[in-house]
Amino acid sequence: MSMNLLRLFNGRKASAPVARERLQILLAHERGLRGQPDLLATLREEILAVVSRHIQLDPDKVTVKLDRGPTVSTLEVDIEVPNNFEHEVRANRRLGAV
Amino acid sequence: MANVLVVTSGKGGVGKTTSTAALGAALAQAGERVVVIDFDVGLRNLDLVMGAERRVVFDLINVVQGVAKLQQALIRDKRLENLWLLPASQTRDKDALTDEGVGRIIAELRTKFDWILCDSPAGIERGAMLAMRYADEAVIVTNPEVSSVRDSDRIIGMLDSKTVKAEQGERVTKHILITRFDPARAARGEMLSIDDILEILATPLLGIIPESQDVLRASNVGSPVTLNNAASAPARAYTDAARRLMGESVDMIVPAERRGLMNRLLGRRAA
Repeated sequence: MSMNLLRLFNGRKASAPVARERLQILLAHERGLRGQPDLLATLREEILAVVSRHIQLDPDKVTVKLDRGPTVSTLEVDIEVPNNFEHEVRANRRLGAV
Repeated sequence: MANVLVVTSGKGGVGKTTSTAALGAALAQAGERVVVIDFDVGLRNLDLVMGAERRVVFDLINVVQGVAKLQQALIRDKRLENLWLLPASQTRDKDALTDEGVGRIIAELRTKFDWILCDSPAGIERGAMLAMRYADEAVIVTNPEVSSVRDSDRIIGMLDSKTVKAEQGERVTKHILITRFDPARAARGEMLSIDDILEILATPLLGIIPESQDVLRASNVGSPVTLNNAASAPARAYTDAARRLMGESVDMIVPAERRGLMNRLLGRRAA
């Protein structure tokens, strides 16, 4: 009540409710992850292992990002591969490598 | 029976050292035998806030490594004879602190004191882990600010999993101490309210320390705020918090700095 009245007078929007809501969403998520191994690091490692079986990769050029939205989240996997990697793969196959 | 209490927060700069000194002094003023231990190896400051910086000879790591006896490293407060300080090392590598060594020191201090207050370093690394390792109780110092509340939540998770108590299937008794609180700003909705913080952290409240110049003034002269100006708003809040630690039930009020009636009424957010 008092907060609403004051807001009416000074015309500014209270930021505390936004802070509370952001914290509640974030902490609900972080508490769920607690005690579990780092999901993104595990994903990155395993994706790197699978792709490396076929293409030579620079491990630093693999990024895995998670963007949490209110209803759905996006998992973004970004792998930078060298040009001509298809030729290298074919050449390796002919040599009986891989 | 001795109580080992860790003062922790995760986030830096929220008032752990100030709170350790003030609560330690308040408990000692109430007649308890108190030792405050600085776990911030390499960045010690509890000695400075307590005004004992020129009396440090040996430190926590000297005792852990057996270079000095505990009695040689303990510094008695000049104002309160039942208040002692065990300083951190300023120079040595923090890896010199071992779980076993800290356990040995805490066990020995338990036989001599009623309260053992461990001032944790910021962060969640080794120093912070060892500060909370043997705790029976924890005071989680939190500012009404998103990053501080998030870090407090993280620390609560560690208290529930990484302490000796937790490993034995028991619980560390946890308390939230809100510092740097500005009732007027909270009333205007510019600052997380007490109710917001307690609801999010789901942990009982030990006290509310108002933002005050008296805190800085006390640390400037090297005196715990409860000793430097016992009548000041933060000193009264710390004294009340110390009484709650001792099991007394004390009404929770936000001590105000001689504000008007309207301000005091607006100190708590309307439900």
